[in-house]
Amino acid sequence: MIALVIIAALICLIRFIYGLGSVINLSDQWPWGLWIGFDLLCGIALAGGGFSTALIVHVLHKDKYLPIARAALLTSLIGYLIALVSLFLDIGRWYNFWRPFVFWGFHSVLFEVFWCISLYTIVQILEFGDIFFERVRVHFPPYKKILHKIMPFLLILGIVLPTLHQSSLGSLYIIAVNKLNPLWWSMIIPFFFVWSAFFLGPAMATIEGTLAAKTYHRKPELSVYSDLAKVTIWMLIIYLIVKVIDLNYRGVFSSAFNGSFESNMFLLEMIGFVVLPILMYVTPGIRTKQWGVFTASVLVVAGVIFNRLNVVFTGMAKSLGGQYFPSLWEFLVTIGMWSALVLIYCFILYCRKLPHFE
Amino acid sequence: MTNKMGALVDITKCIGCGSCAVACSLYNGLKPEPKQESKMEPASENVELAVNRWTVVQSHKVKKNGGGIRRFVKRQCFHCQEPACASACFAKAMQKTPAGPVVYNENLCVGCRYCMIACPFEVLKFEWNKPFPRVLKCQMCSARVAESQMPACASVCPTGAITYGEREKLVEEAKKRLADKPNFYIDHIYGLNEVGGTSWLYISDVPFGELGFRTDAPEKALPDYTWEVLRWTPAIFVGWGAILTGLYLYSKRRATAHDEEEMYAPVDPD
Repeated sequence: MIALVIIAALICLIRFIYGLGSVINLSDQWPWGLWIGFDLLCGIALAGGGFSTALIVHVLHKDKYLPIARAALLTSLIGYLIALVSLFLDIGRWYNFWRPFVFWGFHSVLFEVFWCISLYTIVQILEFGDIFFERVRVHFPPYKKILHKIMPFLLILGIVLPTLHQSSLGSLYIIAVNKLNPLWWSMIIPFFFVWSAFFLGPAMATIEGTLAAKTYHRKPELSVYSDLAKVTIWMLIIYLIVKVIDLNYRGVFSSAFNGSFESNMFLLEMIGFVVLPILMYVTPGIRTKQWGVFTASVLVVAGVIFNRLNVVFTGMAKSLGGQYFPSLWEFLVTIGMWSALVLIYCFILYCRKLPHFE
Repeated sequence: MTNKMGALVDITKCIGCGSCAVACSLYNGLKPEPKQESKMEPASENVELAVNRWTVVQSHKVKKNGGGIRRFVKRQCFHCQEPACASACFAKAMQKTPAGPVVYNENLCVGCRYCMIACPFEVLKFEWNKPFPRVLKCQMCSARVAESQMPACASVCPTGAITYGEREKLVEEAKKRLADKPNFYIDHIYGLNEVGGTSWLYISDVPFGELGFRTDAPEKALPDYTWEVLRWTPAIFVGWGAILTGLYLYSKRRATAHDEEEMYAPVDPD
């Protein structure tokens, strides 16, 4: 895995010296590819667990989920850092990245996304600092004191900001009104994005918890996962209902069944990754079993990834024309980045600097 | 709105000589890539816009009155009245100038390519092979327009297919031509209402869909779609923040109250 990270770093170096075209397969027809579609959109969505569990634990004070919230916060923080790194790689004139802070292009959705993601990363670092100082006994009282005072404020901000930018990542595609397939394009696509990022949180926590428990030979907290699944069920059902209403309202419901490639992908997304997990979660015999809750959670997470990729690739393919398949280098960079995520996560777990950490 | 200047392209007058494309390259100093000179493009395939081709003339074989005819379409940036690219740019690198042209400022550009996603006509091109790539497209010769000169392409057109002038007057002119020959022209001015109107307008004697024009462009300006959602942002920020704060305080109080109950609960005699 370390080797993968090094390879990715080397490719990035080439990219910075010779330009984007030397490593990636994007074209004028396909301006956004794997790095934006997967690393950024999926990465940020997967990191959504940070804010949904923060809402459950810190705002609703359901303290029994605290261990999950902390694990989720850590993944979320690393996820955001990786998303920012891949964004930085993907933009062409990277030395200009600070411009939006100065030139207020507030009419752009990307402006909102950029501000929220940057601010939220800072908020997460501060939040994490609180946990860090609990464990590492550095005697620097003023910082800790200030941090403790502003923590409630940070927590609220740490939910509002992701709510805004998770939805804005969807709004990015509103302007592609004549490009994105109507099965995915919608005026309420921001709602779908933020909602799915939210219900993904508990599922993601379940997967992480299970894997971590397996790696470090501990008993997974099954009862916690089963309880969380009940929240996910309702959110999935609401998601499904709103999807159907939205499709009907825009009069494109029938196009989901016209047998085209897009419609098949859409049906697969809705049935395989929304309806099926609902059925699995509502069946007590499956929900209360470790394998059951784990499999259903994997489906939920895969479904959200599938949805993002459908928006970026499947839904846009017809109108953009041309071919895009990520190059080997793009894949290697992506793999390297996610390896880095896993490595950092494992390293921190290994250090066991975190209390209540699984 | 003072988006004054524009151009009207009468497709029936274009003979496909390509003078406009040459004038554009010369004025803007666009150099053809050496690779492409050696590689012969197949004659049937139209050349697309590129970083070094800000305008191209594409030919289309179409059927009319039973016979096959050839029509030439000059393509370039439409210079929308309310450009999606400019609204999408979060660094204000794309701007609609009051005179009409939509211009690009490379010093502000971050290179995120969201403008390319946003553009309904896909005219924006990216320098993929440069370390510090720019997004390039027709600038409508904004320096010339500022000096009350016509864009390079319009100034060299030998057949009068490109008419340059104030957009409002061009719309009148186009309507007049359609009214004069109602059986000849298609009753549609492309760019009058598409995506809220564009500075470049087209009239034709064959349906625009057969000439490679996008017929699915909505009449509403694209930035309006985004704005309908985006304008709620401050309200959501404040409202959602307030709701969360309320919930936070409420559930915290309940939690502490609960603890106190336990604290003062009667001690078990055992």
